Amino acid sequence: MILLAATNVTVRRNERVLLDGLSFEAQAGNLIAVVGANGAGKSTLLSVVAGIGRPSCGQVTLNGTPLQMLGGVGLARRRAYLPQNPRCEWPIPVERLVALGLTPVLPAFGDLPDSLQPRIDAALSACDLLSLRSQAATTLSGGELARAMLARALVGEPEVLIVDEPTAGLDPRHTLEAMSRLRAVADNGKLVIAAIHDLTLAARYATRVLALQAGRMAAYGTVADVLTAGLVRTLFEVEASVVTTPRGAFVDYVIREASDRR
Amino acid sequence: MTLRRTGARRSTAGLTATVLLILVALSGLSLLCGTVWLRPDEFAGNDPLAQATRLILLDLRLPRLVLALLIGGALGLSGAVFQGLTRNPLADPALLGVSTGAAFGAVISIYFGLAGHFVLATPLLGLAGAALSTLITFSIGRGGTVALILAGAAVSTLMAALTSLALNLAPSPYAAYEITAWLMGSLSDKSWAHVEIAGPFILAGGALLALTGRSLDALSLGEAQASSLGINLMRLNMLAFAGSALSVGAATSVAGAVGFIGLLAPHLVRPFVGYQPGRILLPAALVGAALLLGADMVTRLIHIGAEIKLGVVTALLGTPLFFWLVVRLRRSIP
Repeated sequence: MILLAATNVTVRRNERVLLDGLSFEAQAGNLIAVVGANGAGKSTLLSVVAGIGRPSCGQVTLNGTPLQMLGGVGLARRRAYLPQNPRCEWPIPVERLVALGLTPVLPAFGDLPDSLQPRIDAALSACDLLSLRSQAATTLSGGELARAMLARALVGEPEVLIVDEPTAGLDPRHTLEAMSRLRAVADNGKLVIAAIHDLTLAARYATRVLALQAGRMAAYGTVADVLTAGLVRTLFEVEASVVTTPRGAFVDYVIREASDRR
Repeated sequence: MTLRRTGARRSTAGLTATVLLILVALSGLSLLCGTVWLRPDEFAGNDPLAQATRLILLDLRLPRLVLALLIGGALGLSGAVFQGLTRNPLADPALLGVSTGAAFGAVISIYFGLAGHFVLATPLLGLAGAALSTLITFSIGRGGTVALILAGAAVSTLMAALTSLALNLAPSPYAAYEITAWLMGSLSDKSWAHVEIAGPFILAGGALLALTGRSLDALSLGEAQASSLGINLMRLNMLAFAGSALSVGAATSVAGAVGFIGLLAPHLVRPFVGYQPGRILLPAALVGAALLLGADMVTRLIHIGAEIKLGVVTALLGTPLFFWLVVRLRRSIP
């Protein structure tokens, strides 16, 4: 069954067209990597697909229901969204930060019901945060904060997880860990849509790739079908080979010498 | 796990209970202290002394106590909401422009000598000034928190300039003195009529502000994440600004400009409740009430010539507390 569908989504801001007539369908169990150059419209697309930004025309549906019909809280119970470089403004303990992911299911007043505590413990455990649960969120390292935010997004057990550049600012180890966790979420039957700059990461971890060029869809399909040297040239104006190895594909960029560039 | 959470709850409940206890003790003391110290055994009986004592207690000290609790609570609560809303520990209700609007309205009543004809002219015009400045802030600043704050700052500057103009053009030195003295804030000579004017607005505003807790918690993650968690940011802005306009506007109309309480009260309680913006609302309101009540008692107990004004005491007592907070913050940052 189709989980999430965008139909003819167009976003205009001050006469600028940020997204131009995008249509695609995304099914549960996939990790979709949204790729494209800076300014191609990746963050705008994720925001619209998450129901936070409104399209100028077209619509996004979740299991056939337009997102705006679900209401803010109804939508929040079914999808989680992490913007680029998410941060916490107050030094609240990690456990309370993760608990904020349960906001849509909390009663209007009062403390967190005891019945929800196992979900917080499970999210902390899944993201390897049990030893940090009492630490102030503002004192976490980049990798730890990324894990805490992912736990915050997962604690509500969403059907759809939308993440904008989940590996920005992370070292290789934490980058690989973050991508493994996202892939595990997808393998668990959820839909994950993530904007990713590193094409090798997209090749290794994503099940499908959605390529954007100047607000238009340049390609959408499986990694093997879509991620080609031609696409890299079209999107980024750089030469590259997409090399397939037994461990998966990687993108080998052709770096021209300074003399060639002159 | 449950033990840990119960501990967090207990610390919030313990803090609230402790502040409540201090507040009750201060309230009892404030009824007895003043130019004339009262003794509890003087209230009983029907002799003239007992009647005079009951008069002082019921018609002077009690309304003053109720106003101090309401106004201090409004300032503490509003400060906590604004710091949570802007995620800025330096924010306070003055950002909204409503206090300067209320001050300007009140100053107009003194300028034209209306206060001399009708004692409630000052708070009523103060309320009108607060309502006017809020209306301007809302109509210009529609569209988001930053726009509202910028509009509030502009309105605040305008109202402060108009107040200075009134001082500048004061018809007599006496009027200028009256205006300056009112601007420094005071709870002296307040009656049940003042409670009746300000009380309903402060309580209504406080109720709106109390509804923001859950949203302020989510806003710790920034506007994008809060919005994704189902928080209606427009509704949150409306609750915070309308609640502050009602409660702080009414408070300023009656007591004059009293600074520092809204800024300081949230800082004093924040470390005890795990820094969660939603959890500090009630303790900050109680601490605000205790601070204002304490400051008002100081104005009654210290006699060095003229009456020391409330706004002067809150600033003089608040600044060392603030210095202490800054030093503690510096120590906690590696």
